[in-house]
Amino acid sequence: MLTFVVRRLLLAIPVLLGVVFVVMLTIDLLPGDAVTLMLGEHATKDAVAKLREHLGLDKPFAVRYLDYVARVARGDLGRSIQQNRPVAAELADAWPATLELTVAALLIAAAFGIAAGVASAVWPNSLFDALARLGSLFGLSMPIFWTGLVLIVIFSLWLNWLPVGGAGSLSHLVLPAVTLALPSVAMLARMTRSAVLDVLREDYVRTARAKGVGEILVLARHALRNAFIPIVTLLGLQSGQLMGGAVLTETVFAWPGLGRLMVKAIFARDYVLLQGAVLVFALAFVIINLLVDLSYGLLDPRVARQG
Amino acid sequence: MGGWARFRRNRLALLGLVLVVVLGLTAVLAPWIAPYDPARQSLVEKRARPGAKYVLGADEFGRDILSRVIYGTRVALLVGVLSALIALAGGLVLGMTAGFAGGWLDATLMRAVEILLAFPYLLLALAIVAALGPGALNTTIAVGIWGIPAVTRIVRGAVLALRETEYVGAARALGAPGRDLLRRHIAPNILPGLIVYATLFMANAILLEAALSFLGLGVQPPTASWGLMVSTGRDVLLVAPHVATVPGLAIMVAVLAFNLVGDGLRDALDPRMRGST
Repeated sequence: MLTFVVRRLLLAIPVLLGVVFVVMLTIDLLPGDAVTLMLGEHATKDAVAKLREHLGLDKPFAVRYLDYVARVARGDLGRSIQQNRPVAAELADAWPATLELTVAALLIAAAFGIAAGVASAVWPNSLFDALARLGSLFGLSMPIFWTGLVLIVIFSLWLNWLPVGGAGSLSHLVLPAVTLALPSVAMLARMTRSAVLDVLREDYVRTARAKGVGEILVLARHALRNAFIPIVTLLGLQSGQLMGGAVLTETVFAWPGLGRLMVKAIFARDYVLLQGAVLVFALAFVIINLLVDLSYGLLDPRVARQG
Repeated sequence: MGGWARFRRNRLALLGLVLVVVLGLTAVLAPWIAPYDPARQSLVEKRARPGAKYVLGADEFGRDILSRVIYGTRVALLVGVLSALIALAGGLVLGMTAGFAGGWLDATLMRAVEILLAFPYLLLALAIVAALGPGALNTTIAVGIWGIPAVTRIVRGAVLALRETEYVGAARALGAPGRDLLRRHIAPNILPGLIVYATLFMANAILLEAALSFLGLGVQPPTASWGLMVSTGRDVLLVAPHVATVPGLAIMVAVLAFNLVGDGLRDALDPRMRGST
């Protein structure tokens, strides 16, 4: 087990190196020089050269890349251009809020998505199934930032139940978390439905039913346990969606997290901060998928034996 | 049963197709069906509620929201189609290269694809737009690049699978040149999968363009883009909720339409994937 974790963590290193490489290269290759954008079109050549040197942009790409990687390895993410604070400190301020939001959304998505999917599969083609499938179609088609605004209009403006934005209490968390969760609820409901339906067609389910096992036990012991592997895989993939969605949700609800920090960094042309934020997101994604892989061992004894 | 017969029996998919056609016509006919010039401002009528004169109301500058939604169809579809073309072209070239070349080139390309797919949704597009700067063209490029890794993987998988089949082997043994092999045997087999992917990609591309524009990093004012309209309406959300919510409905309808058609096509063209999401 331990060797498996260590091996997977080691495998994550090239992925993270690649992510940094892609981000730096994107910023580097594409037109639109960061420095000109920061100083404006009318900056003197001298000022541009000075800033370039200060940011280390006068060195070749390969040098800057290796330099950055070496510094990140020592835990130094550089200083943000705009605030001139250590990027690590800015990220440390922001990530708990994003973690809170995405975990809340993931829990909502798991609870409602899986429950709806299981119910759909148990009563296929029922009224509930039809409504759930229609609902998930809409859930997958609604732009998340718009859903957030509609929820604000309904629950803050009309009903006056929940705050419009900001963070601090549980009531602040409800609307952003639900907004962020909705597309994942839809996706999970769909996926769970088809996974459970597949399992319910298996021979061992028929055997269990034939030998008189109650329907609830058939579901809990046989169907769900086997359907959980694709569901958990999807949960891991959804976490990536949630991180992207967090950027939008945080903007809509003025939630002080990494997503908003990243958008701010883009507007301020603060590439050092942007790189740091992307790196944290990518790292989180890698860790979540590692956890997903590990959970296979818990869900499926066959995997555990191999590991 | 042919693909079209199967597609036709799916009522939701047909509904989606009708919606897509309506959207397409709206985009083409925008100047003739829009009641007002989408840029015409009327400050005395700013934030007008939906009513007789402005069916869907007016925005912060007194511009007719219906006309802007109609013109927004052009932006959404154009960005969607062009970015789909970028994704397909890039993915085809890279996927074919990886699939046919094999060896270190294949390994390197697929590693790169994995890394790009490891980027959480939206973040890659954000990084690209951050570098390119905002604007309609750059948004299209960013959305297109975002789609390349997935297409690459689909194409490579198909090429690898087909390379091993007997009829491709037979054609090869008969001395068919690579180009013929590609056009006559491999392309027709990849096509259904790509059509399905491209349709579902359109839905995601429209969502992504809207998201980038909403953040202020996509299409820039005064162009009528749905995401941008939601974003400007957000400032007056509490006094005039219709300004932000109405254009969002347009996004949802367009995305829904392409999702329905894509799901229907997948069920019709690729029965093996039926029911899997």
